[in-house]
Amino acid sequence: MNLSAETLRRIDEVITHYPVKRSAALPLLHFVQEDQGHISNEAVEWIAERLGLQPINIYELVTFYPMFRQKPIGRRHIKVCRTLSCAIMGGYRTCSEFQRQFGTGLGEVSPGGEVTVEFVECLASCGTAPVVMIDDELHERVDAAKARALSDRIKSESGIAAGTR
Amino acid sequence: MPAPEQHRLIFRHIDEVGYSNDLACYLANGGYEVLRKAVQRKPEELVDEVKKSGLRGRGGAGFPCGVKWSLLDRKSGKPIYLVVNADESEPGTFKDRYIIHKDPHQLIEGIMITCFANKVERAYIYIRGEFPDGAKILEKAIAEARAAGFAGPNILETGYGCEIYVHRGAGAYICGEETGLIESLEGKRPYPRIKPPYFPAVLGLYQCPTIVNNVETLCHVKHIAGMGGESYSRIGTPGNTGTRILCVSGHVQRPGYYEFEVGKVTMGQLLNEVCGGPLPGRTFKAVIPGGSSAKVLRFGERYKGKRKVGAEMVDFDWGVEDIPMDFDSLALAGSMGGSGGVIVMDDSTSMVEALGNINAFYSHESCGQCTPCREGALWMKKITARMVHGEARPEDGALLKSVADQIAGRTICAFGEACAWPTQSFTAKFGDEFKGYAQAKKAPRPDGVAELV
Repeated sequence: MNLSAETLRRIDEVITHYPVKRSAALPLLHFVQEDQGHISNEAVEWIAERLGLQPINIYELVTFYPMFRQKPIGRRHIKVCRTLSCAIMGGYRTCSEFQRQFGTGLGEVSPGGEVTVEFVECLASCGTAPVVMIDDELHERVDAAKARALSDRIKSESGIAAGTR
Repeated sequence: MPAPEQHRLIFRHIDEVGYSNDLACYLANGGYEVLRKAVQRKPEELVDEVKKSGLRGRGGAGFPCGVKWSLLDRKSGKPIYLVVNADESEPGTFKDRYIIHKDPHQLIEGIMITCFANKVERAYIYIRGEFPDGAKILEKAIAEARAAGFAGPNILETGYGCEIYVHRGAGAYICGEETGLIESLEGKRPYPRIKPPYFPAVLGLYQCPTIVNNVETLCHVKHIAGMGGESYSRIGTPGNTGTRILCVSGHVQRPGYYEFEVGKVTMGQLLNEVCGGPLPGRTFKAVIPGGSSAKVLRFGERYKGKRKVGAEMVDFDWGVEDIPMDFDSLALAGSMGGSGGVIVMDDSTSMVEALGNINAFYSHESCGQCTPCREGALWMKKITARMVHGEARPEDGALLKSVADQIAGRTICAFGEACAWPTQSFTAKFGDEFKGYAQAKKAPRPDGVAELV
């Protein structure tokens, strides 16, 4: 495991927040995923060892909690809310637009590795539906036109020619 | 009758120009004054104030907060924990998001008063994983409060100390269920625990007595400690005291969050006046009043019976528009106030497809511990998805109902009810639409009607 010094510092610190080390399992998974991009088998074993647990105690969390992933994703992570309030305001159209913009299917890494587009369940911003999270940032009222604009921005930030429809 | 004015207690500063989420701004607006006074009182007095206030939990069940606190096992000698449920994830609900992001110190003050009142020395804020900025904002606010002596060791020179930590979830709805949340906080899969014996007040986090309270509930505690339980209980209506944040989403002109005295605004006033009515050329068809698991209400249906007003029983005869937005009235109408998430659907919406959307959510979120829920939620999703994308049969409504009827009451936690109620209420109230869906599907889809499944 090749974790950054900052990640290791955060790990040491967060373990002190709990009287029982096992409680630090979710925080460690978050930190390692932020550092490495996904949770590898090696990471599962490393976290288990660090907390004095068996690898299965960590692996069963990775397979249960939707935010943890065992495979790398695209450089940017586009999460479109699928749940009712967003859907009735056009969330499915928003999601299709992102897929079309990057020529990719749901949950796949787009050709060139630019993005992964996913449907997620309720993001708790139903009053500004449809909503999308791109990495850690929430975007509100994302209709198809706004989805195109956001896609163009992602492409321009990464140097891909904008405007490919 | 015109809608009453909003009564902004919790959301007083939300959207206020120039109001920021740092400590300086909070202090400039009188922040932490209530905590200063509270720590000079006896903890038991503060618990009594909350009991007198009649505050009911804002997370979904509406359980009286003071009663919850009084159930704590204070004789065990074990530490007592407070766990703040900031896992806001009931579809249609988005109130805690704004408290956390825009006024985090209000929450922290409420937490510290609650901790002092219940002799808690360690609190965890369990925040959903999808609020990464919220987690950072809370961590910064806690550090600020700690540096100023409002949290941490020796709070306000009283000798009393309490630490608050932020704990991030990772995308699982079931972590909002209090015992599932506790399991998750212990570093496990969030399988809800069976009650009895695992009532959090007795055997909660690390098998110690634990209070689990919603974010909004804890903010109310701050205001109760400030104005006194008696004064607070005069806000709202008897049995449904205080204010409530109603989150409106879906097919209305002005979706958003609105705070009213509980029970003082009706559904009709809320949707037609406050939210500006239906979208142009549309009419309201159905509304889910308390988060997506609450039973749907159909515009045009009537609710009749007797209800208690003061000491008397009086007749009521309501349409959807007449229902006061409080826990008890919504229960009389066969649904619930739940988490305050109001989802509105107009006449463009297919109820089969809306149910298909909801079923996909519950199927995805069932933790899988109890067979009726794991299998039932999955089959309800499969049936509605087949109706939409494959062949629909007139008897599918009855089939869905038969699955739903075998879930509720047969599971460890209330998720069983939560996933069954939508199917039970949609098929009961829109049975014709389920019977005729195969036929309706043949017509071309009108422009602008959203896909839901």
